[in-house]
Amino acid sequence: MTEGTLIEVEDLHVRFDLFEGVSHVLNGVGITIRNGERIGLVGESGCGKSLLARCILGLLEQKNIRIDGAIRYHGRDLFAMRGSEWRDLRGRRITMIFQDPTAALNPVFTVADQMVEVIQRGGNRKRKREECLDIARGALRRVFIDDPDRVLRSYPFQLSGGMAQRVIITMALANDPELVLADEPGTSLDVTVQEQTLRLMATLTQEAGAAVLLIAHNLGVVREFCERLYVMYGGVIVEEGSVEEIFNEPLHPYTQALFGAVPRLWGGDLPKAIAGMVPDYTQAPEGCRFHPRCPHAKPECQSTPPWVKLGEGRGVRCVLFEGAERSTVHA
Amino acid sequence: MLGRYVIRRSVAALITLFGVSVLIFFLARVMPGDAAGIALGESATLEQIAAYRERHGFNEPLHVQYWVYVTDVIDGDLGESLYSGSKVLDDLAFTFPATLELVLFSTILMISIGIPLGVLAGRFRDGYIDNFTRVFSLLGVVTPSFVWAVFFLLAFAFYLKVLPVMGRLSEGAVAPPFVTGLYLIDSLVDGDWATFRDALSHIIMPGVALAMASIGQTTRMTRANVGESFDKTYIEFARAYGFKEFRTAAVYALRPALIPILTILGLDIAIKFGSAFLVETVFGWPGMARYGVQVILFKDLNAIVGTVTVIGFFFIVINLIVDIVVAFVDPRIRLGALAQ
Repeated sequence: MTEGTLIEVEDLHVRFDLFEGVSHVLNGVGITIRNGERIGLVGESGCGKSLLARCILGLLEQKNIRIDGAIRYHGRDLFAMRGSEWRDLRGRRITMIFQDPTAALNPVFTVADQMVEVIQRGGNRKRKREECLDIARGALRRVFIDDPDRVLRSYPFQLSGGMAQRVIITMALANDPELVLADEPGTSLDVTVQEQTLRLMATLTQEAGAAVLLIAHNLGVVREFCERLYVMYGGVIVEEGSVEEIFNEPLHPYTQALFGAVPRLWGGDLPKAIAGMVPDYTQAPEGCRFHPRCPHAKPECQSTPPWVKLGEGRGVRCVLFEGAERSTVHA
Repeated sequence: MLGRYVIRRSVAALITLFGVSVLIFFLARVMPGDAAGIALGESATLEQIAAYRERHGFNEPLHVQYWVYVTDVIDGDLGESLYSGSKVLDDLAFTFPATLELVLFSTILMISIGIPLGVLAGRFRDGYIDNFTRVFSLLGVVTPSFVWAVFFLLAFAFYLKVLPVMGRLSEGAVAPPFVTGLYLIDSLVDGDWATFRDALSHIIMPGVALAMASIGQTTRMTRANVGESFDKTYIEFARAYGFKEFRTAAVYALRPALIPILTILGLDIAIKFGSAFLVETVFGWPGMARYGVQVILFKDLNAIVGTVTVIGFFFIVINLIVDIVVAFVDPRIRLGALAQ
């Protein structure tokens, strides 16, 4: 472990035993998150992004699930931790912002009840309700809610989507976490509100110095907000690099296809959809999982492609780059 | 805030009660068989029967009879039993608390066993507890209460001889001074532990027999709704923020799931006032449900109408209470009702 590494995911496999067979979703995922870093995780729906976030939080406990590999938090293996210790991290050191803020709040409790429940867990001693409410009021003002008492009194269904999202952001940051997992925050909201809340989240996490793992399929947002990027396809990390590197020079054929599918206002052709479908995880393709859809596919793609390290924090998993370590390559 | 909602529901309840009273009154009178003839027996002459009908106002038009009945009820008079000649109100004052005690006892069992079991089963779906409660509930629901009653009688009274066979108290025991009419409570108020124990040992078998089906039903209802809760994002949120497991299950998952459970619970309790007669008959429990069946067999018009009015009244009251509790539990209903 290098200095300042917060989370290290190593060769993570997640398999579900289903009636139709074994669904091997995450297939050897590895990512690293350093303190205060803003990381983007992009890929199509169903590629396992959210699953990875839930793995880090330890929320997967279905009976038919098998998890192998390691997730280390400050060098400590989370899977070796006692359940209560891991639970202690949740909501305090690692928090999560959900896709649909209205669904994430319990409909029969007031915002105050739910915020107090979260804030009570922070700090070194158990806080009293009044104290928590004070903290909540201050935190809500920071997300530009002028009348925090009204919001605290409200039930979730009385809040607009944007308001609920701010409440969630407040809860995510209330206990000064080290890592915020943002799972496509606000995808269920309309575009302008989504934009506002994303900016708010960006500013606040930066101020708090928390690391963020932003799961998104909106590449514009990722470009604006993140420093480093992981591109995921079919439960595998296919490319890693800084935002500039990947946006200026996407290497993996999937990354190129992904960027080609983004609609543009000026110039260029119409966006190109990627041919084919996300793989069925019970019968995932052998070798590179992208090869059935890949324009550059070769016979070698039938066996697992190597991870080609092209520099510090830069790499790609594709046979096209074999032997190209530490040199610039055009696809 | 809640007050207006309560008032609106109460007015609706009163209207329902009026409808019920009309229905019972006329139904009792169109039932086949001549009430006067049955009351006087086979040896009665035609003149006696005619006189009897005249005396009880059976020759009046139905709407006049109904008016007399309603004004009497408002005066607190349910008439006299055509069969025994005693005041219906006195009969009910004696039998109603017995049934109420039985129903309350089995309700407490059904809530205190059914809901926790259901939450556990919903939390650990398809685990051991879930499978156990599935069998237990099914057994409870499909077996009629009188079968449980006979089974308990054989097991605990006949073979093991640990529980008494019949009645509310042992023979020769004196009922505790009247406060609520519920012996368990009255004996506690009186500080009379011996009577309390005696009453408790008498109520266990009929109470459990009456509760078996509804414990099963409550467990399954709770399991289904809490299980559904556990699939919701807000539960994932609760776990993602490290809320305690117990609190997540018993508070954050249960409360949103409680509304359908409460509604069924209310109906279940209310129905027990009538369905208790099977258990009351097996255990010789001097209750109102059994009394109601007896008077129907005798076509005892005043007693039928009186009994059914009381049962209907409690049916409506219990549903009113459930409505209010539901509104208290679920802000969507409470605030939705205010918005109207």
